Amino acid sequence: MTARDTDWDGVRLHVVTGKGGTGKTTVAAALALALAHAGRKVLLIEAEGRQGIARLFDRPPLPYEERKIAIGPGEAHDGRDAGGDVYALAIDPEGALLDYLQMFYGMRSAGIALTRLGMVDFATTIAPGLSDVLVTGKATEATRRRQPGSASGFAYDAVVLDAPPTGRIGRFLNVSAEVSGLAKVGPIRSHADTVANVIKSPQTAVHFVCTLEEMPVQETLDGITEIRAVPGMHVGGIVVNMARPTELSQQELKAPPDLAAMAKALGAAGLYDPDSLAAALADELSEHARHVELEDRERTELEAAGQPIYELPLFAEGIDLAALHKLAAELRDQGAA
Amino acid sequence: MSPRQDNTVNPRLDIDRIIDDRRTRIIVCCGSGGVGKTTAAAAIGLRAAERGRQVCVLTVDPARRLAQSMGLTSLDNTPRLVDGVDDETGGSLHAMMLDMKRTFDEIVEAHADPARAAQILANPFYQSLSSSFAGTQEYMAMEKLGQLRRSNEWDLIVVDTPPSRSALDFLDAPERLGRFLDGRLIRVLTAPVKAGRPFGRVLNAGFSVMTGAMTKLLGAQVLRDAQTFITAFDTMFGGFRERAEATYKLLQAPGTSFLVIATPEPDALREASYFVERLAEERMPLAGLILNRVHSVGVNQLSAARSLAAAETLEAIPNGGTATASPASSASYAVTAAALRLHAERMNLGERERRVAGSFISTHPAVPVIEVPALPEDVHDLAGLRRVGGSFTLQGGNGAR
Repeated sequence: MTARDTDWDGVRLHVVTGKGGTGKTTVAAALALALAHAGRKVLLIEAEGRQGIARLFDRPPLPYEERKIAIGPGEAHDGRDAGGDVYALAIDPEGALLDYLQMFYGMRSAGIALTRLGMVDFATTIAPGLSDVLVTGKATEATRRRQPGSASGFAYDAVVLDAPPTGRIGRFLNVSAEVSGLAKVGPIRSHADTVANVIKSPQTAVHFVCTLEEMPVQETLDGITEIRAVPGMHVGGIVVNMARPTELSQQELKAPPDLAAMAKALGAAGLYDPDSLAAALADELSEHARHVELEDRERTELEAAGQPIYELPLFAEGIDLAALHKLAAELRDQGAA
Repeated sequence: MSPRQDNTVNPRLDIDRIIDDRRTRIIVCCGSGGVGKTTAAAAIGLRAAERGRQVCVLTVDPARRLAQSMGLTSLDNTPRLVDGVDDETGGSLHAMMLDMKRTFDEIVEAHADPARAAQILANPFYQSLSSSFAGTQEYMAMEKLGQLRRSNEWDLIVVDTPPSRSALDFLDAPERLGRFLDGRLIRVLTAPVKAGRPFGRVLNAGFSVMTGAMTKLLGAQVLRDAQTFITAFDTMFGGFRERAEATYKLLQAPGTSFLVIATPEPDALREASYFVERLAEERMPLAGLILNRVHSVGVNQLSAARSLAAAETLEAIPNGGTATASPASSASYAVTAAALRLHAERMNLGERERRVAGSFISTHPAVPVIEVPALPEDVHDLAGLRRVGGSFTLQGGNGAR
């Protein structure tokens, strides 16, 4: 373990949520990579079976099984950091149900019979709360799992959960409330309580992924309020994803572009028809300035939430493994991991 | 397969033709989350109203400010007249937000006698089912659509599908609920309550293992609640199925048009692709794809590579190019270089979007497509919706690049 402090020392379960389209799965994967350093072992869990993680890491679809998917970065400059391991698990409610029955009752075959009879349809249709408990149950089980002989005593040093979108996150995590309406006593209730003990503890942080646009920012702020309203739950960081850093200063963006000077510069660069080019580029520039202004306004709104903010760049070419590692390095540099 | 191949241009989606056609009675906007479905649905509704249709927009989960712009302040399950719509052509616009629980309660009240309805409404399983997000919302949106259509008060209904994780959920949810309510599991759950033995001896042995497992899993009380709920609900099953089937048929009817909405992102287009294929399988009428938030480029003649090269040239010229350089000219070189880099970035983004869209387009060459440019700001008033509606049609050129 390195001595470097991060913003989330002591957090073992990182829940990552975000509005659809903001790159939640990408950020969760980058965070897992970032956490997997210095020999640490990290589990990356996908809660809603879209196989996004397999695609990101360029692997065939993941089964319901914890398997090694990537090696975290070692830091060459200190020579002692050996990197770490990222394991991945795609949870589906059906697999989680079988797992639960096996783990607590040794009743896997009864579980298979239940599945055949539509037990999973039952859970997801009539009481989505039940399937949420099974999914969060698996994530918290992996978080709590002990492994004698490992440095921390735990099987995983950290677990990253690629959770449902922001609109559903409060319900998803607040399992005991979900279940209490259904089950006042009984095994599912006590299971929910065990899950809640992990989720509502300083071991768990809920990170929000958003882009600097109005709706994602509004949803993020609503989500933060929702999580804060639940006693014991902790809001983590805000990851501003797909940010486009600008090379221009505020002053340069505010000043109207000097067309003649631009045309002269374009001519000097050897471009044909510099006058009309200058006009077109100036239009693009002022549109950009307006965009930056809007983004700044949204950023200010996010800052008001008072949580650490990390900013990740847009990769116009799309996310591949190399980009994922770059994002992980950004998260490390900014203190998120 | 070059993304710039212009000989594979899809037909252009003509939304005005769809909304002007009086035979179009329902437009369903679908697509994965975050692609701008709600805004598109509202913009289409407004445009249709201003072109003379009596329109009702049914929206499921609008952004607060968009809802306010249409005068929707609460989830009251009733269509409200939207103020500020240009009614010169005799059209009108109503809008409503779906209240999923109330819609469900109303079905229960309509299909069960008062005593039984009260029993169902009080059951914890019913409460979980009717207020949870997964599945029920889709089902209730379809139910509400059916109700609005049957009322015949509007000649065009535009519906925005729920923000499912998958675009397909809303097609599957009614069927899944129907299958569940008809399912074997229900028979198993209700068996101990009903008299007689529905299963043979062999099945019964397996069956008791099962109920045992379920009792362990859920606890006896939960199982009892489930059984009471299902027994009470039993009388309504037929009604449920019928309604689900009627809505399904409505979606297949000639007066319905499906619009699939996607942004030029791999995930959104993958969902759109599944959706297009699925609609074909279900024989549901697909009108076309709205490719939303496309980044347009002002100066097409300057490629990313040349733009970057020019920026580098400018940055390599010391002191803004002249021996007696003024600080102003050196600054204008820097700004111009930055503008060139910005342009290169936009060209690259546009190129990527074209590539991503190109793979959809070549897979579905017959699907009409229209591109809608990205707007710098979100829409929160009727003027904004009107602009979006205008961008569905005003741009010239072809739908697909």
